[in-house]
Amino acid sequence: MAETDLESFRAEAREWLEANCPPEMREPVRDEGDVYWGGRNGSFKNDAQKAWFEACRDKGYTVPEWPKPYGGAGLSPAEGKILRQEMARINARPPLSSFGIWMLGPALLHFGTEGQKQKFLNEIARGEIRWCQGYSEPGSGSDLVSMQTYGEDKGDHWIVNGQKIWTSYADEADWIFCLVRTDKENKYQGITFMLFDMANEGVSTKPIKLISGYSPFCETFMDDVMVPKSYGEDIPGYVGEINRGWDVAKYLLGHEREMISATGGGDRASSLGAVSARQGELDPVLRAEMAMFDVDALSFTAMSEKFMDELKANKGHPAQPNMLKYAGTELNKRRHELIMAAGGSRALEWESEETQGGKTARGWLRTKANSIEGGTSEVMLNVISKRILELPGS
Amino acid sequence: MPLYHDDDQAMLADTASQFMGEEGAIGKQLRHWRDRDCKDGFGHDLWKQMAEMGFTGMLVGEDDGGLGMGQVEANIVLEEIGRNLTPSPFLASSVLAATALKHADGAVRERWLPGLVSGDHVYSVALDEGPKHRPEKIAAKAEKSGNGFRLTGSKDFVIHGASADMLIVAARTSGSDSDADGVTLFAVPKDAANMSHEAVRLVDSSMATHTKFDGVELDGDAVIGEVDGGREILNAMLRAGRVGAAAEGVGVARGAMDMTVDYLKQRKQFGQLIGEFQALQHRAAHLYSEVEIAKAVTIKAAQLVDGGSEKADLMASVAKAKVAKAAGLAVREGVQMHGGIGMTDEYDIGLYMKRDRALQEFLGDQYYHAGRVAELSGY
Repeated sequence: MAETDLESFRAEAREWLEANCPPEMREPVRDEGDVYWGGRNGSFKNDAQKAWFEACRDKGYTVPEWPKPYGGAGLSPAEGKILRQEMARINARPPLSSFGIWMLGPALLHFGTEGQKQKFLNEIARGEIRWCQGYSEPGSGSDLVSMQTYGEDKGDHWIVNGQKIWTSYADEADWIFCLVRTDKENKYQGITFMLFDMANEGVSTKPIKLISGYSPFCETFMDDVMVPKSYGEDIPGYVGEINRGWDVAKYLLGHEREMISATGGGDRASSLGAVSARQGELDPVLRAEMAMFDVDALSFTAMSEKFMDELKANKGHPAQPNMLKYAGTELNKRRHELIMAAGGSRALEWESEETQGGKTARGWLRTKANSIEGGTSEVMLNVISKRILELPGS
Repeated sequence: MPLYHDDDQAMLADTASQFMGEEGAIGKQLRHWRDRDCKDGFGHDLWKQMAEMGFTGMLVGEDDGGLGMGQVEANIVLEEIGRNLTPSPFLASSVLAATALKHADGAVRERWLPGLVSGDHVYSVALDEGPKHRPEKIAAKAEKSGNGFRLTGSKDFVIHGASADMLIVAARTSGSDSDADGVTLFAVPKDAANMSHEAVRLVDSSMATHTKFDGVELDGDAVIGEVDGGREILNAMLRAGRVGAAAEGVGVARGAMDMTVDYLKQRKQFGQLIGEFQALQHRAAHLYSEVEIAKAVTIKAAQLVDGGSEKADLMASVAKAKVAKAAGLAVREGVQMHGGIGMTDEYDIGLYMKRDRALQEFLGDQYYHAGRVAELSGY
């Protein structure tokens, strides 16, 4: 698209955002409640959040780059980048967050049938169905492919038994995309990527309390759950092919790593040192560490931008998301160590009003999971050394 | 603008990579001149070849006989210079001096630019006063004298100063040492009376001088830009030079890393390739991440310089600091992972470590630039 068309798109986007993004939605996101997550039981925190979500939904801006028939706005990569820039310029909050947008959507766009796209993508884009992800199991963390949850073939359906762990917000989700073993003899080619309703009989969830005191994750139990092979014409109850779910899972892990790394470095717009110095004088050595951190964080921001640019132009190494995931999550952990150091004893408070219920300390503890979930830093380094540097060995 | 090279830039990168890989190779240039104790520290023939390639005048405007290209293009050449450790006056002449001369009036440009574009001349810059880069403070003085000026003071870390046909000197024409205003840039010709050089060889085999100006008489034509208005030009030079040095540093980091990763795939100990050891794999993978990030922030900074962005200063410092961190890691890991042979002069990995050390200091090290990032960010 010509430069002038893009500039007129920018002007349009700016005008639209000006008219439709309420002032309350231009404040930094402080916690997950500040963003609408959709779903059957989705609730809005306030009218501004509702208005912002509905305006974006009707414009296709909950998923701007998805095709229009699936609920998106059909923007080109260049237009999508401009919209993101314009949203960032006014600090606009995301109108809708969900694992459907970040993960299942990309998988369906790549592997889904037309019928699946029509149904599921529209439901996601319109915030109607909230999804959760069933990957890890108690015995299968980094070694995900060893998972045991089993679906017994009963002709037109499976009977699924097993347990998933670290299912984010499973207790609030409507549907799950779930890896289920359908062939015990074949490790990699014996897994099916199933889709089913969490309201099905035999599905139960139990929240896991973390060191932060929060419970964003659950254990999910499946006890003789019936999963149909089809939800109607051209709408299989699984993504890709039966027994080839690992291909979908690998593809999605790439997206998950991108997503996690995209949030790495935290609030991109502001310098950590500048924010901390406004709250109190920094010890000289801490100031120096902050400066070194800001060097790394600003550099990583450029890396993320470069990565996204390359992704859209089909350039760059396919294993590059592993690098971003590694660097981004390690950076975020470092950021929160420094925030704790700058905060001093105030940052230790666990329940006080002053800290909005211990947000500093809990947030710090939460970041420790960044380099574990979605593939540990150590697994990322393994992948980089094997697939990018092509170092020898198992 | 996307953060990768467009088609023309990718073509330039191929050309530069091939040219430096052949003509600028370590054996052909760095070792060749070092082992002959060359007083220039670089080869004039290569400089002429670089002129034929159009490199010398890349940043010179087309009206002045150059190619009118930008920082991104200059960085492409610098990255290849870094990868091959090619000694050349490119950064000092074609980036720093060329950036200053852009701001000079017609007569000054006519006097100096043709020699740069043709590769007949080599220029340098005399900015530092003391062993650390502190351009905020300029004590060298140029006092009014007749129709011109009389320059007094001393400068350090003047890259190949003794071989330069002209030096761009930052001197104070009014105010006190730490004032932002009152600085003027002068083009001082090689044969100026009362200028003396103490030439020193540096750890990376490059040559530099401690240069003294003991009442050097300059006519008004030596002034670049406005009298007392040199700070802005100096800042433009520093921006371009720092981002350029970052690009060269990315090249050094990549060269050292590639060599080391190759070595991990060849060297056997305990009956296996050392690259099979996870202890080394993880360090190599971490290094890869750091070098990729350094590369990304360098192209970002170059694009901001070319776009005249108000963030260019900040990102130039971010890039210089980040590259210093990443390249420092690359050469240290490189020498360590090579083991004993990494300590020998015969192996090239040590040459990368030496070049990195010199490049770190040039136009400010990571500590200077991290401090500047803090200041520019308001803390």
